[in-house]
Amino acid sequence: MSQPATTLAATKSRHARQGGLKIALVFGLAIVVALIAPHLFASGFGLSLLNRMAIAIVFALSFNMLLGQGGMLDFGHAVFFGLGGFATMHLLKWVDGGLPLPVALLPLAGALGGAFVAVPAGWISTRREGTAFAMITLGIAELAVALVVMIPQWFGGEEGVSGDRSGGMPLFGFDFGAASQIYYVLAFWALIAAALMWGVTRTPLGRLANAVRDNPLRVDFLGYDPARIRFLTFILSGFFAGIAGGMQALNDEILTVSNIGSQASGAVLLMTYIGGVGTFSGPIIGAVLITLLQMALGTLTDAWQLYSGLIFVAMVLWAPGGISGIIRSHAPILRGGLGGRLLAAYLALLPAALVTLAGIIGLAELAYRLQAVRGGGKPGHLFGLAVSPTTPWQWLIPLALFLFGAALLSRLAPGARAAWQEAAAFAAGRRGR
Amino acid sequence: MQEALFVLLNGLVYGLLLFMLSSGLTLIVGMMGVLNFAHASFYMLGAYFAYTISVGLGFWPALIAAPLLVGVLGVAVERYGLRAVHRHGKLAELLFTVGLAFIIGEIVPLIWGRSAVPYRVPALLDFPAFTLGGIQYQAYRLFMMAVSVAIFAGLYAALARTRLGLVIRAALTHPDMVAMLGHDVPRVFTLVFGAGCALAGLAGVIGGNAFTTTPGMAEALGAIVFAVVIMGGLGSIPGALIASLAIGLIQTVSITLDMPLGAMLGHIGLPLDPHGALGQITIAHAAPAVPYLMLVLVLALHPRGLMGARAD
Amino acid sequence: MKRLKSLALGTVAAGALMAAIAPARADEVVRIAYIDPMSGPFASTGRLGEQHFRFAIDRVNASHAAGNRTFELVVMDNEVSAEKSLTLFRKAVDDGIHYITQGNGSSVAFALSDATAKNNRRDPEHAVLYLNYAAVDPALTNEKCNWWHFRFDADSDMKMKALASYIVASPNIHKVYVFNQDYSFGQSVERAAVAMIGNKRPDLQIVGTERVPLGKVTDFTPYIAKMRAAGADAVVTGAWGTDLTLLVKAAADTGFPATFFTYYLGARETVQAVGMAGKGDAQISEWHENVDAPAIDRMAAEFKAKYNENFYYWRVVDMIDTLAAAMKQADSADPLKVGRVLSGMKFQTPLGPEEIRADNHQLLQPMYVSILAPDMPHMFPGVPLGFKTIKRFDAEETRLPTTCAMKAPG
Repeated sequence: MSQPATTLAATKSRHARQGGLKIALVFGLAIVVALIAPHLFASGFGLSLLNRMAIAIVFALSFNMLLGQGGMLDFGHAVFFGLGGFATMHLLKWVDGGLPLPVALLPLAGALGGAFVAVPAGWISTRREGTAFAMITLGIAELAVALVVMIPQWFGGEEGVSGDRSGGMPLFGFDFGAASQIYYVLAFWALIAAALMWGVTRTPLGRLANAVRDNPLRVDFLGYDPARIRFLTFILSGFFAGIAGGMQALNDEILTVSNIGSQASGAVLLMTYIGGVGTFSGPIIGAVLITLLQMALGTLTDAWQLYSGLIFVAMVLWAPGGISGIIRSHAPILRGGLGGRLLAAYLALLPAALVTLAGIIGLAELAYRLQAVRGGGKPGHLFGLAVSPTTPWQWLIPLALFLFGAALLSRLAPGARAAWQEAAAFAAGRRGR
Repeated sequence: MQEALFVLLNGLVYGLLLFMLSSGLTLIVGMMGVLNFAHASFYMLGAYFAYTISVGLGFWPALIAAPLLVGVLGVAVERYGLRAVHRHGKLAELLFTVGLAFIIGEIVPLIWGRSAVPYRVPALLDFPAFTLGGIQYQAYRLFMMAVSVAIFAGLYAALARTRLGLVIRAALTHPDMVAMLGHDVPRVFTLVFGAGCALAGLAGVIGGNAFTTTPGMAEALGAIVFAVVIMGGLGSIPGALIASLAIGLIQTVSITLDMPLGAMLGHIGLPLDPHGALGQITIAHAAPAVPYLMLVLVLALHPRGLMGARAD
Repeated sequence: MKRLKSLALGTVAAGALMAAIAPARADEVVRIAYIDPMSGPFASTGRLGEQHFRFAIDRVNASHAAGNRTFELVVMDNEVSAEKSLTLFRKAVDDGIHYITQGNGSSVAFALSDATAKNNRRDPEHAVLYLNYAAVDPALTNEKCNWWHFRFDADSDMKMKALASYIVASPNIHKVYVFNQDYSFGQSVERAAVAMIGNKRPDLQIVGTERVPLGKVTDFTPYIAKMRAAGADAVVTGAWGTDLTLLVKAAADTGFPATFFTYYLGARETVQAVGMAGKGDAQISEWHENVDAPAIDRMAAEFKAKYNENFYYWRVVDMIDTLAAAMKQADSADPLKVGRVLSGMKFQTPLGPEEIRADNHQLLQPMYVSILAPDMPHMFPGVPLGFKTIKRFDAEETRLPTTCAMKAPG
């Protein structure tokens, strides 16, 4: 990376200086939030959620390094997460056995483990792009899971590998056994990893990865090998996924085959996409939201998996930029002082949207409760009303709500869309002048 | 000799089965470039529709009606879902099918319950057709093989020999040109997607009773169909057939090999501790992982797959 | 800069959302957290378990078997994920729950046992007792045992001991093939089968062992062909669910006459999916519908009337009854005191005397080897087959040596 890279970096450094203060501000804020959060949610469950969020944030950011930055869809990202975790866990067991290392440093072992595995996997997969790349990663993921199951001597099979995080050398008097103590370790690593990954997006490699995503041919003409750039990005991504795996190992103190499987890979894709692949903050938002959703929605309703599926499809259909995409597309409008007008257009949609939503929820809840009643359970209440899924007319109400709401929505939506487009165009025009 | 014939036959049976399961996906991935993760869900729907129809009308009406129903559903999905996400790019299309698979997977148990439904092989075909090496082969197996061959012949003929096939293949590479010639390209795609889903449904009708019809059957089908389609090469029906047969044969052969990996690699001069964790794994033991190893190798060496027309 | 703004916005949004987490609460009833799959592919198993727990708890509450305490079931959906189970475990501890129960998935069981031990050591005030009703990996009561874990299902080695002694005593069985799913449970079944059946009789041998990945094989015909080539007349398998169904069906389709000795043929779902192909195949269980025990028959009828589902987990009723009795005897719901009573407890059940071993907290209970036969008093809906006992083992006969070296707390 000689001439062009330095010029590229030079032009960027001007931007970097301008933004330096703002970056410092955001990370300062993040540190404050990280320090305050455990005091707001001091219960074991709250802490456990925070810990999971910290892990998910690092994992999703590392995934988006491939998908958002490099345009590479990795179907087996949990392989690096999981194997990084196993590396950490084995080291943790040695630490339990007397190896003089502070437990808090162990996620580094995960990072090295993740990167180590990413080298051969990336060597094979990154020579291709697009669909072929995605499919090779699918094959690698299946292979990795098969191998891990076949070698219980190393990976412990179903029972997994477990260790004790409080068995190591205490650091400043902390042994990290308590959930509140491990929280600070995880928060520390999450902040460091997020800062580093933010840094990577500013390096020539990060910029080149974007270029390879958008137009590999042109990058090739510029004298860079796109496959090589993909390869380097892949290894870095594996490195950070490994950190997340190491954090997971410290948090759960047990790691099993399921940590490298397709479900874990699917979950990180879901988080990243719902948060938004187009921005750095997207995966963070997604990780926090999905972690909450998984734990909170499940205690509220049996139908939560259906709801998450519907939310996911709705996002793909109508908000492909994810939540951060929605925020980003509205930010200039709000800044331009056009929020009021847009709000009116959106508010006009609200009743119809609520009616549709009530219809969908009603239908879904009736269906799930019908199942519950057949199994001898109780139907319970919905919106404060007693539910009887075996009574046919009770199905007609949500059905009518849904049909009416949907019809209304489809009639009103073009208006709201036009209002948004107008506002966006106006905001852009004003900024242009 | 009989041993070899026997393994060959089993491999052929399994290979044709794989082709049947993946033919619909081959069509959709090959002709539209959409990695349809809901393929297995349409397969499952085919089995459940067939079960419900066969309870009232019997197996043979179900064989016709269930795939058609699934096809109609596919058309609706393409027209009102996939077409809308198309402009957001390939990733959005793929994720749409992932979400769809998830939703179908939740709705099916709501309608048919969470346990297996008693969808049985029709009595007409429920008898051993012949015996080889002490193993009986059910007539239904032969029926499955025949259907698989028929699907191949039908697809191949339709794509290579008919005018419609010509338009479809042209629409894939030069959509604008085809549109300018007066063909409705989006409609062609809708048709292709519907046909692919109908084929998945057909596989479900036939596979559902040969195996089991449960809400988990979509997940059980898993990544193997993708391995077939990708290995065969995007857009190539013969490629998918060859990949299916290759996977079928190699996997069946490896099941019969009880030699540990360590010893085998030792024979060809590769050092691997025969008593270590890796060395003790037998080839038979690793057989189910073989398709994925083949997939990775084929793609690494030959990115277009065995007979693919496109690399992306 | 837009990115920074949305990053900041995201952080704020995250903070606001966290406020949704509910605080802990305390109650006087004894709550039992049931951590098993309620959604996803294994939901049907979890639901079936839930119905049995509700049934067992209603019985105990109606008869005041636990003295002046009533039980309440708190259902927690873990989707058979060890990770999610650990978070739910934390939630249960927060909510002041001292009893958890789980059965599906050895990986979840190991994670929960591990978490219980660590939690109780680090935070004895919130100690938790873990009642395992179905996770049967032997390690849970051997090298990875833990004083706070009590298992009310025979582990896979004990079940194999019963199966093996039947097979060794059957003069018609000469060649045994061992076939399993490739994960820790399948591996331990294979180890136990080889150790307990091989070389026990001069004319009895293991002719092959095989493991396949869980839920990955579509066509089992090549495996059946291999068993036939090996001349097997009996197949021992710990496989369950779809894998077992497909295996037994493939054997019937190909006319392979060997008897399958299974752990999990007895689930209604599996029998219905296998259909008549399962005739003559055997299972090992602690109870089945045709065991002669009128008290449990009445329970089964009551259960069926209430939930329109076959009674399956006798051991869940056994476990809840035993817990209630131990609480009454300890006159406390404190998990440490109750645990001390449970450890080494001996009691009578409609099936005979039972004992919770003090050295590893494994329940010893009578076991039955039974085969699917026609014309039985109780048969499966849609399949004219029912289980018929071919051999019964007393609780004491299932005892195995243990490597457990657990220490009682306090």
